[in-house]
Amino acid sequence: MGHVDGNAIAGSLAEIFPFDVTAAVGRCAHCGSTGMIGDAMVYFAATGTIVRCANCDEVLAVLVETPSRIWLSLSGVRGLTLPT
Amino acid sequence: MSDPPPAAARTAWRVGTVIEARPETSSARRIVLDIPDWPGNDAGQHLDVRLTAPDGYQAQRSYSIASAGLGSRVELAVDELPEGEVSPFLVEDLQLGDRLEVHGPLGGYFIWMPQSVTHDARPVQLIAGGSGIVPFLAMVRAHAAIADPTPFRLLYAVREQSDVFYLQELLQLALSGLKLDFVYSGTAPRDWPVPAGRITKEALAGLAIPASEKPRVFICGSTGFVELVAGWLIELGHAAADIRTERFGGT
Amino acid sequence: MSFITRGFSGRSRERDPRLPPGQTKVDDWPVLSAGPTPKVDPEVWSFTVTTETGAQTHWSWDELRALGLEDIETDIHCVTHWSKLAMTWRGVPLDKILAGIPTHAGYAMAHSYGGYTTNVPLPELLNGQSWVAFEADGTPLEPEHGGPARLLVPHLYFWKSAKWVNGLTLMDSNDPGFWEQSGYSLHGDPWKEERYW
Repeated sequence: MGHVDGNAIAGSLAEIFPFDVTAAVGRCAHCGSTGMIGDAMVYFAATGTIVRCANCDEVLAVLVETPSRIWLSLSGVRGLTLPT
Repeated sequence: MSDPPPAAARTAWRVGTVIEARPETSSARRIVLDIPDWPGNDAGQHLDVRLTAPDGYQAQRSYSIASAGLGSRVELAVDELPEGEVSPFLVEDLQLGDRLEVHGPLGGYFIWMPQSVTHDARPVQLIAGGSGIVPFLAMVRAHAAIADPTPFRLLYAVREQSDVFYLQELLQLALSGLKLDFVYSGTAPRDWPVPAGRITKEALAGLAIPASEKPRVFICGSTGFVELVAGWLIELGHAAADIRTERFGGT
Repeated sequence: MSFITRGFSGRSRERDPRLPPGQTKVDDWPVLSAGPTPKVDPEVWSFTVTTETGAQTHWSWDELRALGLEDIETDIHCVTHWSKLAMTWRGVPLDKILAGIPTHAGYAMAHSYGGYTTNVPLPELLNGQSWVAFEADGTPLEPEHGGPARLLVPHLYFWKSAKWVNGLTLMDSNDPGFWEQSGYSLHGDPWKEERYW
């Protein structure tokens, strides 16, 4: 199974953030391009969810939900902005 | 008009009861849930359905919502995937009166908001592949319900007429202003002006609002369909920033 | 677990003594894709071992296979609760690759085309416990299953068996790899259900 769009992770991220992250704009720390998280590529790997930059394929974010914890890495995102 | 509460306050796991279920096509089923604490949803949002077996095993999938607006009535249309785990249960085993756990409403990206909110008068082009029609049903219903002045055009690519979701309702909406086009990939209805076949770039150019009118475009379907159509639209001069996509995966 | 969905049992989950706790037998071979599938031509494929001093040893496709292929029969266990039993594999044991490489390192990080990493204690790669595998069930590994070559460490959860493997870095400390940085076990023994931190 290939990738889907960034809006597919809205459910998981709604558990963490008080706003809709898929409508936020982020800058890729690898290639510097900007885009809405909803436009990024999401891979559901069963082990976890990987969000990749639509421009350079590099990893923007990794989300893992274990029975006791949620792990979120945003190491590939430099800055998130969203309208107030 | 007051601001809606933030997403986290509106989004939660809730329990809905099946109050309506009927075949939509030979492989799909329309399911209506009554979810007492549902906060309402925007047109195009989705929800997650979670099934739990007696031994604690769980399976969870996302489904687009065919309804929009306030109220506790939430409508889904689920296509059964032959190798699926959740969709065969929803289409074949779920019964009236059963209770389902759902998480939502979800997503603020693939949604349509009325012109009174966005002040954006540009026309809207919706392009559905197969069961990708579901979020667009919410959009065309919401658009019709408030008589929004935004020009709407819906292109629906489907194998044959018996696979069309909500055919009668779409035809009704077409009588009251929705511009509706079908592309049949398998078998076209009798007397259909064009032979059946997979959508082409030329067909798309003829059936979609041209780039010169700067439409906002929403595409929903399988990954292959979405990538093909989005790629052609960009070749036809549409701006990537005006195109929003929702792909659905395998199981 | 308070809520139960009436009538839902999930895919059949039969028990088999070869199944570690919490695992279900599958007959197909599920594909977990964490990114685009790299297409690696054996002509350009190479394998590199980097020791804790930075010394590197490289092998081409032909050179690595010439170290000696073995046939393996084993079960594999994915942390996402499926197990595939009695698979046959063909690959070169890490014993042969690491023989003659001087090291005092206790751990190894496997690296892959596409950027994936996973950490394994070095002793658990030796003594016939791991291979660089080229074939599974009689056919060359498909790219979606990690071809042309993947690590095979079948006594640990299958995320340790890095797809598209192209090297090992030997380390003094047990640094976490890709999934291990996001909550998965540093070790991953399926019989102890070492799934998460």
